[in-house]
Amino acid sequence: MAGKIKSLLALGAVVLTTAALAWAGADAPAQASGAPKPAITKAVKGEQCVEDIDFMRRNHMKLLNHQRDKTVIEGVRTKKHSLKECIECHASEKTGSVAAARDDFCVSCHSYAAVKIDCFECHSTKPQGPMSMHPLNAETVRYKHKLAARTTSGVSAQEMAGVAQ
Amino acid sequence: MSELNSMSNQAPESPERRRFVGAATAVAGLAIAPGVMLYQVAHGRPDDQSASSAVRWGMLVDSTKCASGCNDCVSACSTENGWTPVAESKHPRQAPQWIRKLELEDPLTQMETNLPMMCQHCAEPPCVDVCPTGASFKRADGIVLVNRHTCIGCRYCMMACPYKARSLVHEPLNDTQKPDVPRGMGCVEACTFCVQKVDRGDGNTACAEACAAAGHNALLFGDMNDPESGISRRLRELPTKQVRADLNLNLGVRYHGI
Ligand code: SF4
Ligand code: SF4
Repeated sequence: MAGKIKSLLALGAVVLTTAALAWAGADAPAQASGAPKPAITKAVKGEQCVEDIDFMRRNHMKLLNHQRDKTVIEGVRTKKHSLKECIECHASEKTGSVAAARDDFCVSCHSYAAVKIDCFECHSTKPQGPMSMHPLNAETVRYKHKLAARTTSGVSAQEMAGVAQ
Repeated sequence: MSELNSMSNQAPESPERRRFVGAATAVAGLAIAPGVMLYQVAHGRPDDQSASSAVRWGMLVDSTKCASGCNDCVSACSTENGWTPVAESKHPRQAPQWIRKLELEDPLTQMETNLPMMCQHCAEPPCVDVCPTGASFKRADGIVLVNRHTCIGCRYCMMACPYKARSLVHEPLNDTQKPDVPRGMGCVEACTFCVQKVDRGDGNTACAEACAAAGHNALLFGDMNDPESGISRRLRELPTKQVRADLNLNLGVRYHGI
């Protein structure tokens, strides 16, 4: 009798272990893919950034800091590395901003990398004028479907079209 | 010239076009009156060129033309630079004020004087002297600015300024700033002579434009280093004063009729 109980217990233990393993197994793939990746939306305007994308991902802050001092102190207003021009291209079509929503261009990566930026304590996150008046909007209407296809954010093509109207 | 005029009607202006217009004007200038034309071109500085000490921006306030009850320069400044008008502010006593309208009365004669007061863009600015971080600085072309990237909001400069020209931003601005005019909580600010407009080549400030639009023409902005500029000519003709001239700060804002 005692032997029977023992074997039952053993069986129970095996079942439990298997179940636990199975449960852990189900969770494992999610662990492997890590934290949710940032949604990097393609710039509304233009096909090519002012510098290489890889270079920009690592060094945009250096360019911006350099340009900021040249502009504020010396009054140099070249457009190439100016924050205002970044915003002109990268403002999201949905919010009209680079930092208003979680998916917007600057915020999306910066929250992923856990790097807090102060730029927008002072700088406007939006291009000049309302988004509907944005000079890029008219010329980007024909890119809409392309943008919708390439974006990894949750913004649908319909939502994007809604913003333009 | 007629060709130039028709071109200047076309917005928006690209830097290339501005350079082209500049070149065209220079050529025209050479043909007609070299000195005069070339001086005017000098203000349309190309984007990649630093502000130059060959220029000193200044303003002449003709208080005899400044109208009682008119506030157009102040509203124009607030619109251009994105600061909330004091009357609309929740905390008027600490609201930023880049320019304000003063109405003075002589207690003996009851004569009234109207004038706007703002940063005088001192050539020897006390605000720059006292700034512990170097944030307060004078640009090569005489415009006194605050570099908000280094300002720590200590407000020494506010105490040092004899004209009460500076304000501290006390509250978060929540993305209401103008793209051309970054400003934010914890930094000191003042009149910038519309530096964004100057660098764009407008050659005028929002307040002076508004004053002219209202038909008063009490404000004249220009290059005080250029003997042929409108402001230099006017300064030669009119008796003008610097406020608190005893401080010897060599002000960029001169007043007539005070
Ligand atoms: S008026 Fe005041 S803020 Fe302006 S330059 Fe002079 S000291 Fe500085
Ligand atoms: S408040 Fe800013 S600009 Fe003024 S003295 Fe202090 S650090 Fe300098």
